[in-house]
Amino acid sequence: MHRFILKRLLLLIPVLLGVSLLVFAIMSFTPGDPAQLILGENAPPEAVAELREEMGLNDPFLLRYARFVGNAATGDLGQSYTSGRDVFDEIFSRFPNTLILAALGVVIAVIIGIPIGIISATRQYSMIDSGSMFFALLGVSMPNFWLGLMMILLFSVNLGWVPSGGYSSWSSLIMPAITLGTGSAAIITRMTRSSMLEVIRQDYIRTARAKGVAENVVINRHALKNALIPVITVIGLQFGMLLGGAVLTETVFSWPGVGRMMVDAIRQKDAPTVLGTVVFLATTFSLVNLLVDLLYGFVDPRIKSQYA
Amino acid sequence: MTEQANKQDLLSIEDLSIVYEVDGETTYAVNGLNISLKRGETLGLIGETGAGKTTTALGIMGLVPNPPGRIVSGKVVFDGEDLLQMPKEKMRGVRGNRISMIFQDPMTSLNPVMTVGEQIAEVILIHEGVSKKESCRKAGEMLEMVGIPAARAGDFPHQFSGGMKQRVVIAIALACNPDLLIADEPTTALDVTIQAQVLDLMKDLKSRYNTAMILITHDLGVVAQVCDKVAIMYAGEVVESGDIRDVYENTKHPYTRGLFGSIPDLDHSVGRLNPIKGMMPDPTDPPSGCKFHPRCPDATATCAASEPEPVLTETGHVARCLMLQSMVEQTDVNRVQG
Amino acid sequence: MSQEMTLDPVQGQLDKSPAKGAPKKRSQWLEVWHRLKRDKMAMLGLFIITLVVLAAIFADLIADYETVVIAQNLADRLQGPSAQYWLGTDEFGRDIFARIIHGTRVSLMVGVLSVAIAIVMGGGLGAVAGYYGGKIDNVIMRVMDIFLAVPSILLAIAIVSALGANLMNLMLAIAISSVPTYARVVRASVLTIRDQEFIEAARAIGASDLRIIFRHIIPNCLSPVIVQGALGVAGAILSTAGLSFIGLGIQPPEPEWGAMLAGGRQYLRHAWHVTTFPGLTIMITILALNLLGDGLRDALDPRLKH
Repeated sequence: MHRFILKRLLLLIPVLLGVSLLVFAIMSFTPGDPAQLILGENAPPEAVAELREEMGLNDPFLLRYARFVGNAATGDLGQSYTSGRDVFDEIFSRFPNTLILAALGVVIAVIIGIPIGIISATRQYSMIDSGSMFFALLGVSMPNFWLGLMMILLFSVNLGWVPSGGYSSWSSLIMPAITLGTGSAAIITRMTRSSMLEVIRQDYIRTARAKGVAENVVINRHALKNALIPVITVIGLQFGMLLGGAVLTETVFSWPGVGRMMVDAIRQKDAPTVLGTVVFLATTFSLVNLLVDLLYGFVDPRIKSQYA
Repeated sequence: MTEQANKQDLLSIEDLSIVYEVDGETTYAVNGLNISLKRGETLGLIGETGAGKTTTALGIMGLVPNPPGRIVSGKVVFDGEDLLQMPKEKMRGVRGNRISMIFQDPMTSLNPVMTVGEQIAEVILIHEGVSKKESCRKAGEMLEMVGIPAARAGDFPHQFSGGMKQRVVIAIALACNPDLLIADEPTTALDVTIQAQVLDLMKDLKSRYNTAMILITHDLGVVAQVCDKVAIMYAGEVVESGDIRDVYENTKHPYTRGLFGSIPDLDHSVGRLNPIKGMMPDPTDPPSGCKFHPRCPDATATCAASEPEPVLTETGHVARCLMLQSMVEQTDVNRVQG
Repeated sequence: MSQEMTLDPVQGQLDKSPAKGAPKKRSQWLEVWHRLKRDKMAMLGLFIITLVVLAAIFADLIADYETVVIAQNLADRLQGPSAQYWLGTDEFGRDIFARIIHGTRVSLMVGVLSVAIAIVMGGGLGAVAGYYGGKIDNVIMRVMDIFLAVPSILLAIAIVSALGANLMNLMLAIAISSVPTYARVVRASVLTIRDQEFIEAARAIGASDLRIIFRHIIPNCLSPVIVQGALGVAGAILSTAGLSFIGLGIQPPEPEWGAMLAGGRQYLRHAWHVTTFPGLTIMITILALNLLGDGLRDALDPRLKH
């Protein structure tokens, strides 16, 4: 088991190198001269040229990339072109805000999605089933930033129940978390239902019934654990997606997280910050997926024995 | 048959009909089936794939999937009570406890995320009202009984071979010492050498506990080896039934004769096997009259027109064939009530 | 395309004469269509999508681009819905209904083209990876893993922010970020088809690799690609709206649903209709595509129907 984790962690390294190379390459296409950006438009050309040399911008691409990786490995993602602050520090001071939002979003999605998925599956073709499937489809189809705006319109502007943005108290969390969680709730509902329907047809469920097991125990004990195995993957993927999707939600709610930091940086053409945030979020995403894979072992004994 | 005889039966199925309805199309899976079985007796239920054997078994267990399945008519009297009228809750107390079932494919019959010990203990826990610890101890005993070391109770199904899994399934089925065991092709999915082992094990356990058994199979050899009585099914009906000796040695129904004709026999050197011509009829559109007439070598015009009634040819030996019916009617022997 | 679709594995592809193959092939698509027709929700989806497509085609007949959709009319700014302006006006006094109608063009174009690009690139890579296996498979799929390690919206944001926000880059960004999905789908189908006997048979009669891939393997994995594609168009339209919302998509004054929504954001308090209607339009369009996608999945593979 330990060896498996170690192996997976080692496999993560080339992926992260690839991700950073990919993003680094994309960002190096960004038009505009960073030196000019830092010094301002009226800076003398000599000063700009000097700064370019100093920043190593004239070096070949691969050298610059190697320098970036070397620094990143020691926790140095460079300084923001606009604020001059350390990008790594800035990300870390904001990341808890994003994490709490994504985590709450996932919790909401799971609390809503799994029970509704189970109920839909056990009452296939009933009114409850069609109703929840329609709402699930609606949830998948709704742009979450629009849902956020509509909630602001209803609950902040019209009813005045919760603040429309910023981070003042716990109540500021409610709407962003719901906004973020709705789409995932819908996806998890659909996934749970179809997985459950698949499992209910299996022979071992018939065996359980033949043993005289009560129907609710058949569902909760025999079927659920099997049905949840594929759902766990989806939950993990959703958590990663929410970290990325936070970009839009954080913009809507002026939430001081990594996502909004990135959007602001893009507007200001602050390449180190954009690069840093994307690489950071991608790393988190990969780590979450690794965790999900490991979690599998605890749910599915067939996989656990492969680890050994 | 008299009232008296009926009371002695452990299981008596009368006029059972089960259909499946999918997209407005009705499949007639079981049609007016009659079977009876005494305590400790073994009945072989034989027929081709699609003859309705498994549906009959699920009907007894109250496990016909609904929808699409529906029991249209009939009685399943078990120990004096009609299981079809029994409240769900009470029926659950019968299932796994007084009637158990072994399914065809041991590979998929066990829950992959529960240990085999848990799966055996569960049925004991439900029906015997013992403590969790006691149920686990008994589960270990059951494993030993089917020839698996009790120490393996903590293993998961994927750690066992097919034959071992079927032993686990048997342990689950016998854990509560049932009066009736339904085994649905318990050896079909296994290797030939393992088949014999599993069959011997079942035979041994059955005689030890005096359990009645319905053995569903299409293997006539297995039936001869294990069963006291046999019922041949065709298109959802029992076409011939009786003591194994009577049916094997004094075969009455053309379909049964056809079945025997299609097995190789080492004692008689025959140039080629003699398979039954044609295919099973479409269960959504069964033929008129005798359901076997399109394939029957002896069929006459009347066979397509009227449905045969079950005829008692000798003690306990019943066949459903118009030819037989007319012969018997001439000799004035009583007809069996359907 | 439908001619190629239903290579009959049993016929072994030895006889490619259309006279023999064609009727059977057509009937299979007909059967899919019959199954789809019975699915009321899928038909509703198809109906809505047809309306959207019609709106895109006839947008100029409904409202003139230069004088109604683009031109500012500050006297009428932020008007609520009325007989004159069915869905009200935006912060520059432009008719929201007219802008939504013209917005269908951008959404559909980005949606369809980016999915088409992604299918060609991803499908090609996936087919090659699955067909050749071994090292080639490994290299391609590891690169895809790298792309998958970045949440697709982030990848799209990074690409557009680097290349600049315009229609072409937007399509490219959305296409690239969904390439791995198609690569995986196609590779998985190829893996299941590759070892079947009719491929062996084709190889035995001397068909080239390219011929086998294009004439035998690709047609056989069309079903999952079609389903993924229908859902992919929905995803692409959502991504377009999202990117435009944060200022990285279609630039004003061109009408785009996400950008319209973003523009109305600061007037949420006084003019709810500016954000509400474009959002509703997005939702209904996506819903329709999802309904059709689900229906197609069931119709193409009835065994999977739940």
